[in-house]
Formats: sequence, structure tokens, C-alpha cells
Amino acid sequence: MSSNTSRRRWPLLLPPLLWQLTFFLLPLLFLFVISFWSVVNFRLEPDMTLKNWDFMLSRSSFWSAYGHTWALALGAAVVTTCCSFPAACSLAFTVSERTRKLALMFLVVPFFTSYLVRVYSWQAFLADNGIVNALLALVGLDGLPMLNSDFGSLVGYVTLALPLVTLVQTMGLAQIDRNLIEAAHNLRAGPVRTLFEVIMPLAKPSLVVGALFAFILAFGDFVAPTYLGGGAPPTLSNLIIDTTKSGQQWPRAAVVAIVMILTLVVTSLAAVRLAYGRRK
Amino acid sequence: MMLRLGRWFGWAYTGYTFLFILAPIAASLVFSFNADRFPSLPLKGFTTEWYGGTFTDPLVIEAFQRSVMVSIPVALLSTILGFCAAYCDFRFDFRGKSLFSLLMLLPPTIPAVIMGLGMLSYLSRISLAGEVWAVLISHVVIALPFAMAMIRLRLAQMDSALEEASWNLQASPAQTLWYVVLPFCKQSLVAAFLITAAVSFDEFAVAWFVSGLNETVPVRVLVFLQGQVSPVINAIGTAVFTSSIFLVAIGMAFSGMGKAKRAAADGPAQPAAGALVSNNGLSL
Repeated sequence: MSSNTSRRRWPLLLPPLLWQLTFFLLPLLFLFVISFWSVVNFRLEPDMTLKNWDFMLSRSSFWSAYGHTWALALGAAVVTTCCSFPAACSLAFTVSERTRKLALMFLVVPFFTSYLVRVYSWQAFLADNGIVNALLALVGLDGLPMLNSDFGSLVGYVTLALPLVTLVQTMGLAQIDRNLIEAAHNLRAGPVRTLFEVIMPLAKPSLVVGALFAFILAFGDFVAPTYLGGGAPPTLSNLIIDTTKSGQQWPRAAVVAIVMILTLVVTSLAAVRLAYGRRK
Repeated sequence: MMLRLGRWFGWAYTGYTFLFILAPIAASLVFSFNADRFPSLPLKGFTTEWYGGTFTDPLVIEAFQRSVMVSIPVALLSTILGFCAAYCDFRFDFRGKSLFSLLMLLPPTIPAVIMGLGMLSYLSRISLAGEVWAVLISHVVIALPFAMAMIRLRLAQMDSALEEASWNLQASPAQTLWYVVLPFCKQSLVAAFLITAAVSFDEFAVAWFVSGLNETVPVRVLVFLQGQVSPVINAIGTAVFTSSIFLVAIGMAFSGMGKAKRAAADGPAQPAAGALVSNNGLSL
């Protein structure tokens, strides 16, 4: 039987495997390779040099971009997690299954619609003479500068990540055994204590995984920091684009890309360990 | 009393969350008909000038044709490859299976700029960068995981006895796949096709890196965005929103419809099957 199934599985296994190896894994590995190549007369030449690594990693501007990107992505993870938690609780515990499914569907749809247009639309809300400031003026408040700041970037990140994070949290919360919550209630735990000592520990994996998604999305996004954050100081993704598009310095951009991938891998591993505890 | 207050607060908050998510979409729709070039309040009056300007711009028309030409083969290929991957994950046990599934599902977590740079440098070595093919190839890589996940969820609902019965009735594995498994997955295949088409139709970052002069619609929007304030973006945006939401909504209706029908057919007499169906939670 086993040799039979193994013969049976190759025709189905090979096409997707070969495709993803050739067009996903190899391009990523190739980035690592070209980070040691050099650029001669705007052309990529195979080489074995460390000068791209040296050039990027010795610059303080690179490290300040790194710190800025990290801080923004962490901020996005925290803000998105906090913003979506009340909504996720509400969807998981206080509405019917039918309503919840409908709400989740509404949440997922924007995920498949143009992020660029949504960001452009936020510009109209956040501009100095934009919608939010017009509304503030109506109630007699002074306008706030919001566009071209870290706040602007954060609005973009939350737009990008909120639907997904709410979805993950709602699904995590909905799986909690209601008996445990009732038990806490019967044992005279108040709603706040139940929330912090029963619900949140049980929902920890979904909270952490949701936050991780927000972090990953924000860490790699170049649209929000460019068109809502003003592009200065740059993020790592801005740096990749500038380095690639001007001067054809692909090897240097590859160095930035590899540092980003390593950061994401380390962060993801740490988050997974945090989410699923120390079960060894 | 406290609890009821908390409940109302929760609903109001959830309402605001949806408002936050939908506000930019709604604003884009409103401003696409606003006579003022600059998107600001108060509104200046109704116009369809921007739509007229958009749909007579040869660059936009070409980009639109290109996007359609790319997204259909992308959807077809990702759905086929996604089905193969999902079925392997469902049916077979082999060494390195979790690595296989990881490789299949990983692409959406890689930042698009990095994918873009990797694809650009790799595909230009094999003389494909700057061609429509490059966009097609990269989009299949990005869309395949969505198709795989959707089809895998559907396969999880399949009673494995179904396949065994078919084998016992002397059907070959290939016949079983064709006459039993594929029909069972039909709705999720249609849903995967529509959603991967929407993914391709909306993807801008990798396409921007690899497409060269062959702009797709979202790449055109990005170019507009880099230029001046342009109400044309709202017009294109609203048109594209409408079509993507349409695609995704039909896709979801398809993956949900089968469920509703089955639940109705199963009726209360088969609570186990009903529970299996509803336990799946999200059928996306």
C-alpha cells in the first residue's frame, strides 16, 4: 500500500512543489547570493564581496531606519491588538453565530480590495484641511497635524491589519469553553477579573498571533509610511525601494531585504513561543 | 444592568470598527463624483468627469486589459496548483510534509517589497523581468496559498469513507479524484478561482517591481499616487473596489452556499454532520 500511495502522490505533489521551489524559494535564496555580487556600470556582476554588507551595516542611517521601522511595527501591533480586542469580544460572546459569520465576512472583504486607494482616501481624512480637521472645526476645536507623521503611518497600518487581527481574535475567543467563563462567574469573579484571569490567558495564542500578523504587515509595508507618514525618516521598505529604483543597487537592497527577513523570522519564532507557552 | 451596558458598549464599539474599515472606501466613492479636484469638505457638486477621464485614458485602458489578461490565468493556475497541494496535505503522509505545507503557505507573509526585489533580480537573470509573464508567475506564487487554504478547509469536511467506498467499488485513484473528490470541492474551487483572481487584480507591489512598462491597474494607481493629487484615483478605485468586492462576495457566497444547502438537506436528523459543517466556522 505504501509504495502504491507514494507512486500515486507524485503527480499531485510535484507541480505545486516545483512551482514554489522555482519561483518562491529560489528567488529568495538568490537575494542572498546577489548580496555578495557587485554592480559595475549599472550592471550586476557575479562576485564574492562583502562590501555591500559593509556599506549598509556601517551606516547610522541604516540603523536609524531599522529602529524606526521596528518601533512603528511594534506600535502597529500593540494599537491594532488593543483596538480590535473589544470588537472581537463583542463578536465572539454577544451575538448569534449567524451575525458573527456575517460580520466576519464583512471584515474579510476589504482585505481583498485596493489598499492603495484606501490609503489615498485616508489622505483626504488626515490632511491639514481634511475631513477630520473640518469635523473638529465644527465643534470648535483647533486642527491637528496628522498627515506626514508617524500617526499617519499608524492609521495606514491599522487599516491594513485590523480586519485580519479582529478575525483571528474573534475565532480564538469563540473557541473558549463557555463553561469556564460561567465557572468563573459562579466563583464570584467579577467581569474584569474574568477578563484578565480567564478569557485573556485562554485567548493568548490568538492575541499573540494576531499581533504578529500586524507586526509582519506593518514591518514590510511601504505604502502607509510613504503616503501617510511622509517618507521621512524612511522605513526599511522605503530604503529597499530607493536603493533598487535609483542607481540599480540591487545587492545593497538585498542586504536590507535579508536583514528584514531575519528580523521577521526571529520575531515570529519568539511570538510562537510566547503564544504556545513553554510546552517542551 | 452592568452587563447589558457592557454589551451595548461592545456593539457600539464594533460598529465604530466597521466604520473605520469602511470609511475610506465610502469616502473614495463620494469623492469620485465630487467636482472639486481636491478631496476636501464641503463637497462642490456632482460630476462624472473623473470617470470619463479615466475610461478614455489609453494607459488606464491598456492597464485594465492587462490586469484581466493576467488575473484569469493566475486564478486558473493557482486554483489547480492549490488543489494539488491541498489534496496532498489532506490525503498523504510523507516525510517533510510540514515543510511542504510551510513552503506552500509562506509567500503571503513575506513582505511584498522583498518578494518584488527577489523576483526582479531572479527573473531578470532568466530574461523574464519586465514581461507580463513575470507578473503572472509572481502572482501565482502569492495567490496559490489562498487557494490551497480554501480548498483544504473544504477537504477537511469530506468523510474519508467516501474515497474508500469509491476505491472499494473498483474506481482507480484517478477516477476517484475526478468523480468523487473534485465534485465535492466544486464550490470551493470556484471560490478559490474568484478570490485568487481578486488577489492578482489588486496586487501592486511585486507587479510594480517586475512589470517594467507593462503596468497593471494597481501599478497605474501607484504611479498616479506618486504624482499629483488626482481624483482619477478615486474613480479607478471605486471601479476596482466594486469589481473586487463583487468577485470576493460571489466567491464567498459560493463557499457558503454549499454549506447552507447541505445543512438544510441534512436537517436536524443528522446533528453530527450539521455540527461538522458549522464547526468549520469560517469557510473562507
